[in-house]
Amino acid sequence: MVARRELVARQRAEATEAWLDGRDLPAGGAWATTARREALVRLRTLGLPDRRDEYWKYTDPRSLTEREAPSAALFDPAGEPAMFHEIDRVKLVFVDGVFDAAQSDDPSLAGVEIERLAEASQADIHWARELFGVLEARGQEPVPRTLAAVNTAFAEDGVLIRVTGKAERPVSLIYLHNSETSDALLHHCVRLEPGAELTLLENGPGAARFCSVLEVDVADGARFNHVRTQGRDHERRAVTHVFARVGASAAFKSFTATVNGRLTRNEAVVEMAGARGLAHVAGAALGDGAFHQDDTVFITHAAEECETRQVFKKVLRNGAVGVFQGKILVKQAAQLTDGYQISQSLLLDEQSQFLVKPELEIYADDVKCSHGSTSGAIDLTQLFYLRTRGMPREEAEGLLVLAFLAEALEEIEDERLADDIRARLDGWLLRHRRA
Amino acid sequence: MLEIKDLQVKLEDEDKVILKGVSLTVEPGRVHAIMGPNGSGKSTLSYVLAGREGYEVTGGSATLDGHDLLDMEPEERAAVGLFLAFQYPVEIPGVGNMTFLRTSVNAQRRARGQEEMSSTEFLKLVREKAKDLAIDADMLKRPVNTGFSGGEKKRNEILQMAMLEPKMCILDETDSGLDVDAMKLVADGVNALRSEGRGFLVITHYQRLLNHIRPDVVHIMSDGRIVKTGGPELALEVETEGYGDIIEAGEPA
Repeated sequence: MVARRELVARQRAEATEAWLDGRDLPAGGAWATTARREALVRLRTLGLPDRRDEYWKYTDPRSLTEREAPSAALFDPAGEPAMFHEIDRVKLVFVDGVFDAAQSDDPSLAGVEIERLAEASQADIHWARELFGVLEARGQEPVPRTLAAVNTAFAEDGVLIRVTGKAERPVSLIYLHNSETSDALLHHCVRLEPGAELTLLENGPGAARFCSVLEVDVADGARFNHVRTQGRDHERRAVTHVFARVGASAAFKSFTATVNGRLTRNEAVVEMAGARGLAHVAGAALGDGAFHQDDTVFITHAAEECETRQVFKKVLRNGAVGVFQGKILVKQAAQLTDGYQISQSLLLDEQSQFLVKPELEIYADDVKCSHGSTSGAIDLTQLFYLRTRGMPREEAEGLLVLAFLAEALEEIEDERLADDIRARLDGWLLRHRRA
Repeated sequence: MLEIKDLQVKLEDEDKVILKGVSLTVEPGRVHAIMGPNGSGKSTLSYVLAGREGYEVTGGSATLDGHDLLDMEPEERAAVGLFLAFQYPVEIPGVGNMTFLRTSVNAQRRARGQEEMSSTEFLKLVREKAKDLAIDADMLKRPVNTGFSGGEKKRNEILQMAMLEPKMCILDETDSGLDVDAMKLVADGVNALRSEGRGFLVITHYQRLLNHIRPDVVHIMSDGRIVKTGGPELALEVETEGYGDIIEAGEPA
């Protein structure tokens, strides 16, 4: 056994060194260089993940850890309006992982400071040093998320946002994919000061292979809303990480819609650090064929009377695979915790799969925690009922699919954003009906 | 006109014969009632006409205005004018009642080559019809039948009927689970839809619904067959004497 463990460790170290060979940390000022060096140490200590890791049991990380990004054909949206196009927002555009000032708006927004990591990282000192790589490092326990350490060490671009007031408009990060072999790393930090509010939008595939980290510090009484759609490019791969620390009476809400994509792993690591905080993490995924989508969520209750919800819904067909790994950890101090977790899949045929691992670990004695998971097919009684009212089978199925996703979409606070996403999902169903 | 001839039906997965040769014709403008004890095949008849899976037609025919119903998908039957008000209206969480109604109306219009109804046009119409059935705005917004009381569900069925304007309405045990007031409301809704061009087949176990919806013809069904046919007085006979004697007398010797 010992020999085997040593062998595995040696192989992992060798693979990690091979990946690092010839790569240098980006040049930068003192604060960024320190953070990157520390991340490199974490990366070397933890090693790149592989299929033998329990945490990667259901998702093969190989295509995420290969030195070169597997190529991904570009998707043609055929004149369809851009996501969130009717929402008044501050647009910041990244093309294959590089900020594009020409396509972006002037980043001026009352109560919000927006800087580009590529520039801020050149300074010797910056407020972001208290956040950049810090929540990521905390999030490596008890489960390593090495690709996030890779990101902290090597990402050169991203945004650093400090919110001191209530932002009037959302900040919208747009990720364009223009090169079939692009390999993008983006690292964002958002710090909300006490009582501040911000909505952050993200959309687009970003690159052939996309790796992102978003670290969010939601101070006491602040509110952060995050709504994201991941690009429709069929062959793209993405691994994303959200690390959040939620203060007292603060709110953190994150919703992700995933449509298409060869491989998607979305990790969310949330720490409820102050009393009476709230965190909702939700997702809706639609996959057809070569689609593997994984939501991995870890919520730690470290303070009293916090409420957290995880709501994940996946619709799968033609051999698509959905994964959900969700954990709620309630520490001894976190009395009166209210934790809820639901993950459900709608399997439209027998080839598709939903792999689930819900976990509760509770050390406080006065808590309310529940979790549930189901896999099902279209309800034939409901389908018949709709058809007797005149709806053709496929239209009725589409309506039932949207109904299935509705609980996840309800987690989006802003109705306009929810409507936009609903319309996109509806559009997907229409297109995939014809196919 | 609905014409059912010698309809024979068994369960698809079992050797259980449920309808053993049912024949009846409902002319436009007429109301036929089918009464019978539990298990006589009344609900099966309504499901088979609407196109539910799980049944196998082994003989006979059913046509609506010459369209062979048994050869059509459920939505095609709806488009030629067949409507089934369910005994147990189905709850569909996540689909708003309004979306459901509008999608239904427009699907039928499309199937008939008519233009879809605009939002404003639809909204005006649905409000008008809902008012007559004492269906408030809240009920229109809620998910289809979800959390509705028994009476609300049945009123919602009648609202769908009013919006879809079918030629042939089948009401399956519409009175079940209703108190007297709710039944009156539902019956008024049905009576308001009675017209020269529209036929009704009212399936019921009890006579009381027929006090409110006066039938032209009453059929008694037992063990997969219609054993007796008569006028409204037949329903009263059931009420006073029960099914036993009528069925015995109607059994083929």
